[in-house]
Amino acid sequence: MPTIIVCLKYAVDVTQIKVDPTTRKLITADAPRKISDFDKNALEEAIRIKEKFGGEVIALTASAEDASSALREALAMGADRAFLIKDSSLQDSDSSVTSHVLAKAIRKVGSFDLIICGEASIDSYSAQVGPRLAENLGIPVVTYVRKLSLEDNVLIAERSLEDRSEVVKVKTPALVTVTKEINVPRVSTLMDVIKASKKELVTWSLSDLGVSSEEVGAAVEILGVSAPRIERKKVKIEGETPEEIAEKLVKALIQEGVLGG
Amino acid sequence: MSAFSGIWVFSENMDLTVEMLGKGKELAEKLQAELSALALGYNIEEQARDLARYGADKIYIVDSPIFKKLQVDPYLDALTKLANEHKPEIILIGSTKRGKELAARLAARLKTGMIPDAFKLEIDEEKRLIATRIVYGGNGVAVETCRTKPQIVTVPPRTFEKPKPSERKAEVVRLDVKLEEPKMEVVEVKPVEAAKARIEEANIIVSGGRGIEKKEDFKMLEELANLLGGQVGNTRPLAEDRKWFSEWVGLSGKKVKPTLYIACGISGMIQHIAGIRDSKIIVAINKDPEAPIFEVADYIVVGDLYQIIPALTEKLKQTLK
Repeated sequence: MPTIIVCLKYAVDVTQIKVDPTTRKLITADAPRKISDFDKNALEEAIRIKEKFGGEVIALTASAEDASSALREALAMGADRAFLIKDSSLQDSDSSVTSHVLAKAIRKVGSFDLIICGEASIDSYSAQVGPRLAENLGIPVVTYVRKLSLEDNVLIAERSLEDRSEVVKVKTPALVTVTKEINVPRVSTLMDVIKASKKELVTWSLSDLGVSSEEVGAAVEILGVSAPRIERKKVKIEGETPEEIAEKLVKALIQEGVLGG
Repeated sequence: MSAFSGIWVFSENMDLTVEMLGKGKELAEKLQAELSALALGYNIEEQARDLARYGADKIYIVDSPIFKKLQVDPYLDALTKLANEHKPEIILIGSTKRGKELAARLAARLKTGMIPDAFKLEIDEEKRLIATRIVYGGNGVAVETCRTKPQIVTVPPRTFEKPKPSERKAEVVRLDVKLEEPKMEVVEVKPVEAAKARIEEANIIVSGGRGIEKKEDFKMLEELANLLGGQVGNTRPLAEDRKWFSEWVGLSGKKVKPTLYIACGISGMIQHIAGIRDSKIIVAINKDPEAPIFEVADYIVVGDLYQIIPALTEKLKQTLK
């Protein structure tokens, strides 16, 4: 019966970010956090595999913040156990740090058959943690998976690339990153939430994992984040009739030289 | 002096390699560094030699049938070995899905940082590579740099102009690298609807959003697009919620940069806007005068698209005759 580990990012809810009107800097500190969208697909897929074959689903999050609400949600959805690596020195972590810490935690959790991650996070969208984690653990990775099945110790995954889609086979243990198309994550009921409160949620610090503070220096430095500036003409085309509007618009587009030939 | 030097460019997509060489040349001049193109493929010599005309000072060729499979493992194996031996300061990798996986895994192996999807690249006074990219689902633009070397950055297709070819010579180095077989077995390959033209390359796009009531109404947009020699696009809700299409235009879907983008009944969610921000001219037609799309449009039409689009099509028929 497979042991499946799912890595969840406690990410900034990007739909709720505010911009400081004077500096144009983004205010992310007080924006709400949630499980990153594609990571929820990863969790759903893990739970579906467990429902078919048995086994265990373990949820894992590394964060500088108290992400226990995200892991409680994962337990309510159907994860069996959850581990939160919480340490203030993860504040400025990048994907090299996160994947290093997750690899250490996974080694401490024990043996596994499959790790599932989302293709990327909603906030930084760098799509690195999955592939980096696989390298750190020395296991194969299949990215951008939109359909997944398991036959004994072989994974069969369908993945979409720009120029083609592929069906690939790989032996477990392996890591896959999944896209949104793979499933629709379930919504947990109140009953699930109540049951989940009895499940095991363990919090570890970096020292519990034997990770020193020198190991969590980010390889990428963010020099600044601001709101995108989009300069557009914003010319209103008005008229009494649709025909009049169409005529004015065509004239404007001809002047812009964008109507081709 | 840093032990790392030189700029490397690689993509399994040769067009993208050429685009990155243009930008790479500029960066190389600032750093007074050597610009190298990596050509990893099968029977690739001729194509590889041609890269000299686009600015490469040196061309590394690894020719092997193993690359026919288009799997990341052999590219990674080759790049890891070459980078460990030659220690480039900067590696630009084409930001295809394969390229992004490759760059992340290469960064893990070389214990360095990686910045994905840069749309702007500069060298600062400390000679660091400064990369700018979109974050927070299109709500933010982040300026980032790698603290470690090599500095690895991925560059999406059509971000930088293809440089004009010139008659130049480059040093060509053929390498015999022993490569491992990929860990996964490809059991089936389906090409992506090859007949369908790629929207990323369209010059004119007529795109529909939730203001389009029925899927059949896209015929109206198609007629307009055909008349203009363009293509039809759509927003994410029409693909994900209404299931009318399998793809969409937006940061999470296809990023486009046509000369003309006509947004019909599109409200202008940030992730959609982030996917069209490089369009030259944006026309927005929407009956809601408060629609956020108007904030990023060059020409604003407040009105019923079911009246405006047929009138526009009719007018264009007369004009373009």
